[in-house]
Amino acid sequence: MEYIDLHAHMVSRTTDDYVQMAMTGCVALTEPAFWPGWDRSSADGFEDYFRQITDFEPKRAAQYGIRHYTWLCLNPKEGEDRALAREVLRRIPRYLDRPNVLGIGEIGLNRVTRNELATFRDHVELALEHDQLIHIHTPHLEDKHKGTRVIVETLLEYELDPGRVLIDHAEEHTLEMILGNGFWTGLTLYPQTKVSPERAIDMLEMHGTDRICVASACDWGPSVPVAVPQFILAMRRRGHPDALIRRVVFENPAEFLGQSPKFQLPEGRGMLAGAAA
Amino acid sequence: MTPCALPSPRTGVELVDEYFIENRTRLLEVAAYLDRVDRAGDAGAGRDFRMRAFREALAVLAQDAPGRTERVQMVFSDPTTEPLPALDQKSARGAYDRWNEAV
Repeated sequence: MEYIDLHAHMVSRTTDDYVQMAMTGCVALTEPAFWPGWDRSSADGFEDYFRQITDFEPKRAAQYGIRHYTWLCLNPKEGEDRALAREVLRRIPRYLDRPNVLGIGEIGLNRVTRNELATFRDHVELALEHDQLIHIHTPHLEDKHKGTRVIVETLLEYELDPGRVLIDHAEEHTLEMILGNGFWTGLTLYPQTKVSPERAIDMLEMHGTDRICVASACDWGPSVPVAVPQFILAMRRRGHPDALIRRVVFENPAEFLGQSPKFQLPEGRGMLAGAAA
Repeated sequence: MTPCALPSPRTGVELVDEYFIENRTRLLEVAAYLDRVDRAGDAGAGRDFRMRAFREALAVLAQDAPGRTERVQMVFSDPTTEPLPALDQKSARGAYDRWNEAV
């Protein structure tokens, strides 16, 4: 089954991972700007990273028939440094016209500090100023509920269309507050610290499929680049029909991402093409 | 029964047939983990805020009511509402220290 992985940090993955994703049906992915596991020392380091994800990585993905799209920001893990954040944000607009850039992300919070929140607000305002889609990271583990609540409350202060914002890494205790305020959300199929395929299916059964996507969030940590096809198998094992599965792994991300005119599916892989198959 | 947007295609018995063994295994992994910590003979481990939260979460599992997953999530979650004044650590630790005994 063809799928779109809405969250994959491919700069951390090998070409073998692209092969596995292509062989299991991945036709497109989006790569949010991320923390490399260590703090960058300057805004110049971010510029090199932005060149990598807007130039080199799309070419690498294209070798395997996968469309590569990306999001730009200074990741929440580095959001505490306000001076660095201001300088990086000053440089981001010059990359927004690149053909694979869909918006600003993955912005958000890490430990939910005052500086992180200020940096988050700066990113939201940058996105609104440039009419960009927004992709949001929510904190991990014990910080997730508090961080998601602060993010949602902050977003509600702005005059923005919640349908153009995806708040990612939702779990059982945060899903309702995201969907209930009209935002899109993502369930992250990531070992240990996020959601298993089985729990993702439970949440879909309880909340339905509207405005919910799934993604691998594969990165430099223990993670699975073929997590979405594993989810597809788990959905079939649970007895769900392929049309429902396709809605989650293909049609929903295509609908959200398609709000950017830059997002194009490969020839013959439109919404109706799959539905007729 | 909890109302669902998408009814499960499988009956309860079918879910037990399909998933019992792997969840039995997960339960034994938890039991073995607790035994392992006990065997180490370190009283400090029992006072660790993460293990205190862990035991509270186990009590939630034994409750005979739906919504266990969300309640377990909240056992481990930070209940405060105000942002921290400054970054204290780079990563989360898995449980909020309600006992103020960071180790």
